[in-house]
Amino acid sequence: MKRILVLLLLACASWIASAKEATPLAEDPVVEQRLIAISEEMRCLVCQNESLAGSRAGLAEDLRRELREMIRQGRSDEEIKTFMVSRYGDFVLYRPPLKPTTWLLWIGPFVLMAGAVAALLIYLRRRRGEEQPAELSNEERERARALLREGEET
Amino acid sequence: MKLRFLLPLALFGVIVAFLAVGLTRDPREVPSPLIDKPAPVFDLPQLAAADQRFTPESMKGRVWMLNVWASWCTACREEHPLLMELSKSKVIPLIGLNYKDQRPDALKTLARSGNPYQLSVHDLDGRVGINYGVYGVPETFLIDKNGVIRHKQIGPITAESWSQTILPLIEKLNQS
Amino acid sequence: MIPELGHFALILALCVSAVMGTLPLIGAQQKRQEWIALARPAAQALFFLVALSFASLAWSFLDNDFSVIYVAEHSNTMLPAIYRFGATWGGHEGSLLLWAFMLSGWSLAVAFFSRTLDDATVARVLAVLGLVSMGLLLFVLVTSNPFARQLPAENGRDLNPMLQDPGLVFHPTMLYMGYVGFAVAFAFAIAALIAGRLDAAWARWSRPWTTAAWVFLTLGIALGSKWAYYVLGWGGWWFWDPVENASFMPWLVGTALLHSLAVTEKRGAFKGWTVLLAIGAFSLSLLGTFLVRSGVLTSVHAFASDPRRGIFILLLLVVVVGASLTLFAWRAPKAAGGGSFGLFSRESLLLVGNVLLIVAAGSVLLGTLYPLFIDALNLGKLSVGPPYFNSVFVPVMVPVVALLAAVPLARWKNADFSDMARRLGWPAVAAVAAAAIVPGLMGGWTLLTVLGVFLATWVAGSTMVQLAPRLKSGMPPASFLGMQLAHLGVAVFIVGITLVGGYQEEKDVRMEPGDTVTVGGYPFKFIGVREVPGPNYTASRGEFEVSRGGKSLRLYPEKRNYFSSAMPMTEAAIDAGFIGDLYVSLGEPLEGQAWAVRVYYKPFVDWIWAGCVLMALGGLCVLSDRRYRASKRAAAAARESLERSAA
Repeated sequence: MKRILVLLLLACASWIASAKEATPLAEDPVVEQRLIAISEEMRCLVCQNESLAGSRAGLAEDLRRELREMIRQGRSDEEIKTFMVSRYGDFVLYRPPLKPTTWLLWIGPFVLMAGAVAALLIYLRRRRGEEQPAELSNEERERARALLREGEET
Repeated sequence: MKLRFLLPLALFGVIVAFLAVGLTRDPREVPSPLIDKPAPVFDLPQLAAADQRFTPESMKGRVWMLNVWASWCTACREEHPLLMELSKSKVIPLIGLNYKDQRPDALKTLARSGNPYQLSVHDLDGRVGINYGVYGVPETFLIDKNGVIRHKQIGPITAESWSQTILPLIEKLNQS
Repeated sequence: MIPELGHFALILALCVSAVMGTLPLIGAQQKRQEWIALARPAAQALFFLVALSFASLAWSFLDNDFSVIYVAEHSNTMLPAIYRFGATWGGHEGSLLLWAFMLSGWSLAVAFFSRTLDDATVARVLAVLGLVSMGLLLFVLVTSNPFARQLPAENGRDLNPMLQDPGLVFHPTMLYMGYVGFAVAFAFAIAALIAGRLDAAWARWSRPWTTAAWVFLTLGIALGSKWAYYVLGWGGWWFWDPVENASFMPWLVGTALLHSLAVTEKRGAFKGWTVLLAIGAFSLSLLGTFLVRSGVLTSVHAFASDPRRGIFILLLLVVVVGASLTLFAWRAPKAAGGGSFGLFSRESLLLVGNVLLIVAAGSVLLGTLYPLFIDALNLGKLSVGPPYFNSVFVPVMVPVVALLAAVPLARWKNADFSDMARRLGWPAVAAVAAAAIVPGLMGGWTLLTVLGVFLATWVAGSTMVQLAPRLKSGMPPASFLGMQLAHLGVAVFIVGITLVGGYQEEKDVRMEPGDTVTVGGYPFKFIGVREVPGPNYTASRGEFEVSRGGKSLRLYPEKRNYFSSAMPMTEAAIDAGFIGDLYVSLGEPLEGQAWAVRVYYKPFVDWIWAGCVLMALGGLCVLSDRRYRASKRAAAAARESLERSAA
């Protein structure tokens, strides 16, 4: 009996405290997480240097609304990307799709890295076989002495 | 002169060539992937008479233009005189897509500065605009007799773009 | 009157730079003492004139002279005085004048601090700097004159609200000091190529100038990142925006240059490579200038673009870089040789690190310019954004950071692998332990967090292993301390980016007065929003209460509406802490008293900039090493080693 009363009291108390935990702006945090992840990889077409996730432009809000709908309907990431690309082109994706025109972009750095390190190793091996610079001749040594003496006097 | 020491210069030359070409391009312009694709279908209420609808189907068999405009769009005023000319000369049917606008504001603008459109449809939430890949206002789509988008004009139609690009294309499409 | 004075001073400066760029150079080639002797006075005159010009522009801002178009476009009477001053470089024309001012300042410094160099070399170096100044001043006068007048004068517009912040005073200035500082290394390299004398002496002279420029650039980039973090409202600190990349590429190449110069100075090796890097670092500075001001790439930083300006800078780029690389192709092959070294040695390991840094810079360049390439080839329009850069940059840099810990332990000429492995034993163990424990404490293991913690501990551990024995036997030389400090800075930086990237928390919520939201374990209570007037804006100021470390504190994020701009500006409220920031930013007002609010917990985010500061401090430490102060002691030491080699 006492326990029920305590529980009832607690229930009333929490109801009385009208200050509450803030509701997420979005109704469904899981959907929102996915929305943020997808839209962060897309460009806002109006403020072209912000991602679709962060931009406050009107079109960005509209597009986020569309994307949210599609996520709720259970569409996959691929389908959502296709939706955007078929309307706005590859330009809207911050992660360039891998296609023949972007092979150089995606593979270039790694080919460059491998090639550069290989070229370096070849160079280093070849270099070991080269002569050391010649020792100073006596004449050159005298000249060096004279120059150093000069330098000290200034 | 050992050849490999010329490599940096050669690479620089290639980069400069691209940069020079880049100066002639506009990086902010987003070309439409809908060119040569069927115009997305829609069914919207008309601006003047909300109980009447319009779909692009009804324009099949004719070459026509869909012009995206809004009362809050300042750049639209630049192309408005040209659009008025077009409607007077009846060169091509002009349908307006009133984009994310309030009906009273839109109607007031048409009344004040003239209505070049055969009719306008009202896209309040911008969904149809999104389907057409609209990202700014004004934009204009040239659609052929089979309902395929043949050209998109980004920004106001200028006299130059009209006479050099759009009109020749209209004539070509009218002949087929 | 004052603007005309400034304009006239600039024209005179152009004439002086033309003299400075030609006569001393010819004089050095033909051994004409009178022309060689012109170099230093010319540098002094150039500085005086450009400073006068810059001061006139600043005065026009402080005096609210709106008959000057540039002033009218970037200022108004309500702008606080400090920002009126900062607005001097807030736009394209003024920022170029700042460039010119700093270039003349560095030239003066070279003229002043080069007493121990022979006059012919000084003449050549100053001449190259004079030629670059000439190009820059020509550009300003022909296409970007800040002193153009309009009559009648009207009250001005405003400085872009985003720039009305202390960041404006420091970020561009530090950044430009760095960009322009690399011109000095460039000038030394060109002078050496012209003289046909690429040797260890050239490397020794270049080093302090390069280090100084690098310090400024490091600070400039860090300031920009920190500024974006608190002014843009969503707590990001790096966006791989083209202009950010434009500053990062010279930094990467500059870092490679610093390390390559060390080898050239000590061992006489890599001369051609080092010269190429010196040309490269400054070329990338110029390229960055082009990218920002020509309208060729979309960027949040882009100044208003004018095709004429783009063409001019491209021409400048072609002349400066084209001539340098041609000179390089012609002269550098003759400068072969240098000390020999083994396949596994400090030299070769430094070279590997160097090459990887250049690959990294090259990747950033590729990604930044790729949209332009594709567009120019009519293959469509692409975007290359953070997902690309993060995927490519991190794998390339991982080996660099790993090497960073090992290379200082490698001996010159022939490194002892087993000795290095032994000394790196406990840093390796510490790194594995940290990578196992820390991510767990923070909230979970991912590939990136494990890798980041491992690398940071690995580098820090190696630093300790090197410092401990040296400290026991007294204070090690400044250059050694500087190196350790800078490398430690890298470790601290990596801790910051790993932990904030892996474990930050964000909540986007709707709040009414009285609501609380818990982020990162901290409860934030929304008290309310008040309207607060500012000097040239009105602000909605929110009040939040949060308890931290037993104390309750208030945060006041603002949403400012500047009179001059339609876009509202967010001023985030941040409580910075050693192990993390609490970050609140106001979104939009909703119905009634509710507001959209973004609350973030950013663990260890300040370690990012602390790491950069440590790197800069390390550089400063290196600069203070007396080895770079030419002295009788150094000359005596040189004589000693000469005698010894004769014996």
